[in-house]
Formats: sequence, structure tokens, C-alpha cells
Amino acid sequence: MTNAILLDAKDNVATCTAPAPAGDTVNVLGGGSLVCNEDIPAWHKVALKKIPRGSHVIKYGEIIGQAAADIDCGAWVSHENIFSVPRDYSGEMI
Amino acid sequence: MNFWGYKRADGRAGIRNHVLILPTCACGSETCRIVASQVRGAVNIVFNSGCSDVAANTDISQKILTGFACNPNVFGVVIIGLGCETVPHAKLREKIQCMTSKPVVSFGIQEVGGTLKTIEQAVRAARDMSAQANLQRRVECDISELLLGIECGGSDATSGIASNPAVGELSDRLIDLGASTLMSESIEWIGGEHVLAKRAATPELHNRIIQICTDYEAHLKAAGQDCRAGQPTPGNKDGGLSTIDEKSLGCIRKGGTRPIVEVLNQAERPTKRGAIVMDTAGYDISSVTSMVAAGCNAIIFTTGRGTPTGNAIVPVLKVTANAKTFSWMEDNIDVDLSPIIDGRLTIADAGSVLLEKISDVCNGRLTKAEAYGFSDIAIDHVCRFV
Repeated sequence: MTNAILLDAKDNVATCTAPAPAGDTVNVLGGGSLVCNEDIPAWHKVALKKIPRGSHVIKYGEIIGQAAADIDCGAWVSHENIFSVPRDYSGEMI
Repeated sequence: MNFWGYKRADGRAGIRNHVLILPTCACGSETCRIVASQVRGAVNIVFNSGCSDVAANTDISQKILTGFACNPNVFGVVIIGLGCETVPHAKLREKIQCMTSKPVVSFGIQEVGGTLKTIEQAVRAARDMSAQANLQRRVECDISELLLGIECGGSDATSGIASNPAVGELSDRLIDLGASTLMSESIEWIGGEHVLAKRAATPELHNRIIQICTDYEAHLKAAGQDCRAGQPTPGNKDGGLSTIDEKSLGCIRKGGTRPIVEVLNQAERPTKRGAIVMDTAGYDISSVTSMVAAGCNAIIFTTGRGTPTGNAIVPVLKVTANAKTFSWMEDNIDVDLSPIIDGRLTIADAGSVLLEKISDVCNGRLTKAEAYGFSDIAIDHVCRFV
């Protein structure tokens, strides 16, 4: 069993604190457990639910990127399957 | 809370009492290194330009060189130039003398007649200055005199989860005690800039933070670089950080939660006390260089993957929450914060640990990078050499 850290209740990813081999149970500190379906390196993210292509990936309760492909629950979330989207700076001005 | 420091004529306090051997240009750097190696109490920096620069680059490097000289950790300065650089030694000396009353002397290699003669004269000057510096005693200084630079480098996912929040807690504690902290690396606000801007004390400062990110992206685009292609770095990605947004949201946590009272240009000296931010590169060495030029006394530096970096003028205290990195690179890292990850240390308690460590460093305890005599420097630039 591997622990993973959930940083915000809104997050759909958690950070594994050790390498999690495929089929391992990931115990999410801050909510529930799941089985990872591929090898996940230490300090990398596991998807806590299915993240469809084009939808937001959330960590710290904030958007960290968009899914480049469908990401299954228990899959490894990395720079290979999520990407950063440009900011709306003018909309942030007050 | 007080610390034992060196009072300067301008009212600021240093936590070190260095004689700085300062080159005006690349051609003076080697001579500076040799002079510093001959004199106890002297430190040198390596400066790799100073010549054939566009005006915008010269502006930045002059801010850095004069800022280094004025840093309160510096007792006095021995400048070594060549003679044909953009800002020769006498001119740099006069600029510094307009900004500070500390001792400053300067030499030009072409004028003196080569490196050996310059070394001889500069060693004598540095020796006398160091002898004088050693007569200055540490006195009790109020913590409000402290300006702590906050930096991260070689980040991995543990940085945003544990070491950065712990440093953020330290920053909040210091500010509540009356001290000031300075966080930089504006490219690493991108994706978290809306969160950082919420801490701004005024709408103007809020918008300035957003504008800095807008301008940074536009600047890189003009050079044909997408900031999302260079950030995160390959090491960050290996460490579990997938996008610039994820990296930034972790990075900004090291600045704590107190209101941001001032937003500075690169290498600019603060005019306010409290939580301050500065527009600098995300490149950690360059960011530290600019914060030292702004007058920081010490730098606290979080890392996930491990880094040896140190600065000649200010102590760099390195912390990590990655247990493997700490045990693997213990000779480079000062504080192990990995018990936060295991749930054995709360962020609040980590803040207390760091406050004690910083207090020790202020009172004279050497950090590891400082004990090794490391002197990393990188001056940001905007354009090719001419």
C-alpha cells in the first residue's frame, strides 16, 4: 500500500509519497483509497476519478492544467497527459 | 526578537562583515578571485560581462554590482576593473560612494600595470580593510532590521506540499515580529498569479503582479520562447511537477499569507517593511543574485531534488522535505523537513524550527554552502552582446 496526499477537497489528483506499482492500493490521506492501474513514481500524481480529455486537472483546489487525453481513475497524471493553458490576465485585473 | 548584527551607517544591519572584492567586468574577475583568496575575511564574486553590453543589460548589472556593494553584510569594498569596460572602476566607485559611506577603494589593471601589480596593491588594501572590519563588534539589532530572501530551486512535488508552506509559515512569523521577507521568481507566479495577487495590500499592487506575468510571457514570446515549453524544467517534471501552473501554485506558498506591501523591480531596494515581492527570473541563481543586490541579509532556499548553491555575500540556508534528497545530499542541505510529509511535524512547528535556524544564521552560524565558500552568481540579461 502507498500513501498519497490530497491537498484540497476539490482536487481530482493526489500525490504519491512513494513509488506505487500497478495494482497497488493507494491510501489517500484526506479521503478514501483506490487501486492504481499503472506504475506511478514517487511524488507523482494519481487520478482520483476519471478525468475526460479537455477537462480541468485540479490540485491545491486550483486548475493546474487540462487533460490531453482521457485519464482513468487510478492512472498516472504527468506532463505526458496534461498541459498548461494560457492565462486570462486581462480578466484578472481589478 | 533580536539578533546580533553589524550596524551600518545607513541604519541597516548586517549579519556578516565581509570585505567584498568586486570586479567591474569579466576581465577583473580572476584578479578578484586571487585577491580574495589571499585575505581572510574577503569574498569575491565572478562577473562575466561589463563590456559590449546593450544599455538595458548594463542597467541591470550596474544595479547588481552597486547593490552588492551596499548590501549590509558588506563592511567595505575593493573594486578591480580593467580600464576599457563600459563602467570603469573609478566611475563604479563614485556611484557606490554616493549610495553608502562604507570604505570603497578601486584599482584598474591597465592603469596599475598588469594583474600582478594590481593583486599586490589590492591585497594590501583588502588586508587593511579586513583588519579594520574585525574591530567591529556585533551589537543587538531589532528583528525589524532583517530582510530575508525566499527562494526555491530544483523543486519537486514535496516543495509545494511541505517545504514551501513551512517557509511561508516562517515568513508570516517574521513579518508578525516586524521583519521583512522578499519573494521573487515572477515566472513562477504564472498559473498562481491570481492567488498571489489576492495578497496584495492595494488594487495597484494586485494589478502590478498580474502585469508582471503578462509582460514576462510577452518578453519570452518576442525571443521565440513559449514559457510553457521551458517550465517546468526537466528536473521538475521528473520530480512530479507537470505544468508551470502546478509548479507556481506550489512556489508561491513559500511567501506565506501576509499582505504584500511592495512590488519591486529586479534588484531594487525595498522602501517598505513586511511581505515584499520582486520581478525576477525563475532561474534560482539569478533570482538570489537580484535579492542580494536588493539588500537581503540571508536567503532561505527550499529544494526537492537538491542543490549546492551558495552566495558570497549572504548565507543561503537550504531546506528540503524530500527525505531521500536530504539523506543523499546531506552535505549540501541544512534542514530536513521530511517529517512534515510523514505527519510527524506540523507546518506550524516547522515554522518554529526554521525561525530558530534563521536566528542562528543571523547570529553567525555558517550555513553549509557558506562554510564551503560558494559564490554563485547569475545576472539577468535582456539582449545579445554587441
